[in-house]
Amino acid sequence: MASATPPAQGRSPRLSDRGLAVAFISPALLLLLAMSVFPLLWALYLSFTDYSATRGGPARWVGFGNYTAILASAQVHQRALTTLLYVVGAVGLQTVLGFSIAYLISRRTRGRGLLTTVFLVPMMLSPVVVGLFWRFMLDAQFGVVNSMLGSLGIGPVEWLTRQRTALVSLIVVDTWQWTPFIMLIALAGLTAVPKYLYEAASIDRASEWFRFRTITLPLVWPLLLIAVLFRAIEAFRLFDLVYILTNGGPGVSTETLSFHVYKVAFLGFNTGTASAYGILMVLVVIVLTQLYLRYLNKLKED
Amino acid sequence: MGVSVNEAVSTDPVRDHPPPARRRGGRGRSALEVALLTVLAIVMLFPVLWMIETSIKENRDVYAIPAKFFNFQFTMDHFKDVFVGAGGGRSALSVSFLNSVVVAGVSTVLATVLGVPAAWAYSRFAVKAKKDQLFFILSTRFMPPVVVVIPIFLMYRQVGLIDTELGLILIYAAFNLPFTIWMMKGFVDEVPAEYEDAAMLDGYTRLQAFRRFTLPLLVPGIAATAVFALIFSWNEFVFAIFLTSSDDVRTAPPAIAGLIGGTTVDWGLVAASSVVFALPVLVFAYLVRKHLVAGVTLGAVRR
Repeated sequence: MASATPPAQGRSPRLSDRGLAVAFISPALLLLLAMSVFPLLWALYLSFTDYSATRGGPARWVGFGNYTAILASAQVHQRALTTLLYVVGAVGLQTVLGFSIAYLISRRTRGRGLLTTVFLVPMMLSPVVVGLFWRFMLDAQFGVVNSMLGSLGIGPVEWLTRQRTALVSLIVVDTWQWTPFIMLIALAGLTAVPKYLYEAASIDRASEWFRFRTITLPLVWPLLLIAVLFRAIEAFRLFDLVYILTNGGPGVSTETLSFHVYKVAFLGFNTGTASAYGILMVLVVIVLTQLYLRYLNKLKED
Repeated sequence: MGVSVNEAVSTDPVRDHPPPARRRGGRGRSALEVALLTVLAIVMLFPVLWMIETSIKENRDVYAIPAKFFNFQFTMDHFKDVFVGAGGGRSALSVSFLNSVVVAGVSTVLATVLGVPAAWAYSRFAVKAKKDQLFFILSTRFMPPVVVVIPIFLMYRQVGLIDTELGLILIYAAFNLPFTIWMMKGFVDEVPAEYEDAAMLDGYTRLQAFRRFTLPLLVPGIAATAVFALIFSWNEFVFAIFLTSSDDVRTAPPAIAGLIGGTTVDWGLVAASSVVFALPVLVFAYLVRKHLVAGVTLGAVRR
């Protein structure tokens, strides 16, 4: 562990250390202030106005008008529900699958490196590539998925053009891409479980299930929770996959909150309303991130 | 092949130990597990293989019903179309690939140049409210891009950065910076501060000590961090689609996504450009596989 304070050596080095720290840290912080904090503050200001990016003209102050309109909007409630279904469905599925794969891999002695590498491929692909390619595979007419189902005698499924199936497709594709993420972190946790614990347990003739429940799970759980929270935050802000795979459709059945913000901002040009909408989303993200960081911090201190 | 993942997180010096003791007589079960893993691996890999196959298929085989798995007509035309335009010159796609190289490359350099010194300073010095600062830095990375892009769009319009490569470079550098700082701080923490202290006793200033003794030890870490930043910028889509529009500036992700805009979609071309686009990412990811856990959690989770 690197200690924070360098040894005091006379009086000048200490002073220059502070100068060095400022000189090294402030450029990075300045860039973040300019590109992250300032824009958010601007959005905060716009959220109290009726500004429109196309109409131009001066922005009129409307107080909390945008916020009350959004919180009362049935449309927004529907998007919130869609987002919730998606987050719970996708992250839930990924967790179960990812952990299971990690558990199976951790029990193998040979071929572990190869298996891990194979499973990790989807995660590294761009959402654009993933979205486009699944769109092709899920095509109702010439998609390979329906083709395979057809040879099993299952009729063509309109994956992306039916209200119910479209959200399921979205969840399936996201699960395909991000199961490796959970798997990777779960595997890291599983391989960190000290071997002697298992040895002690097998001397005691503990059952496999007992060992899993009392040794594996408690030790892997903290790390797994980190992965789940991380995925939940990412899933909550999902935009690109929706944009490519379904474009929110059919109807509005796959519109997530992020996608709706985009429509209000860039298709409706209600910049003020969209900013308020965005700020509300940011608040949710801040709460989730705080949760995540607190937990991470606790884990590190243990 | 070294099992990279093991080393990334374990708090325990024992690594690469055999899996949780398997019971004897569990042969049948073990075979079942292998079969299950194989099936899962095929499911995970199939879309990628299908993409590669589609990219080398004649068009009529691409749209064949039912889908042709093996006896298809081989062609390299789709790959030619990725690089060569209809008139014979360079295609719009190949220009976008070049733009992607420039934008991802320069933004990564910028994030590294700003991030590495900051990470070193956070690791070595008693900075006021250090933990809060670090957490603040990481939390900027979690902001929904669609929300951030609204004010950035207005800001860029004001200063003339809309539809420029510089605009994309700046936003990508800012979005990779939190990651670079967190990831690098982990690497700096691993280099004992005593090296610098000893060098300073020999009469070097702290800055010299950093440059001559710590920095060389950080090179592998810097390389790994930069590769991840490169992948993140390369794959980025949301900022690219909202902040750029012209063919000369556009990066590859919006350009590839633009291929499905028309009434008919040339899926062979989509597949070929996706393969060209994804290949470098997979190669790079393989190079940094040791650091994947830290990389994909933005430097937050490590040993």
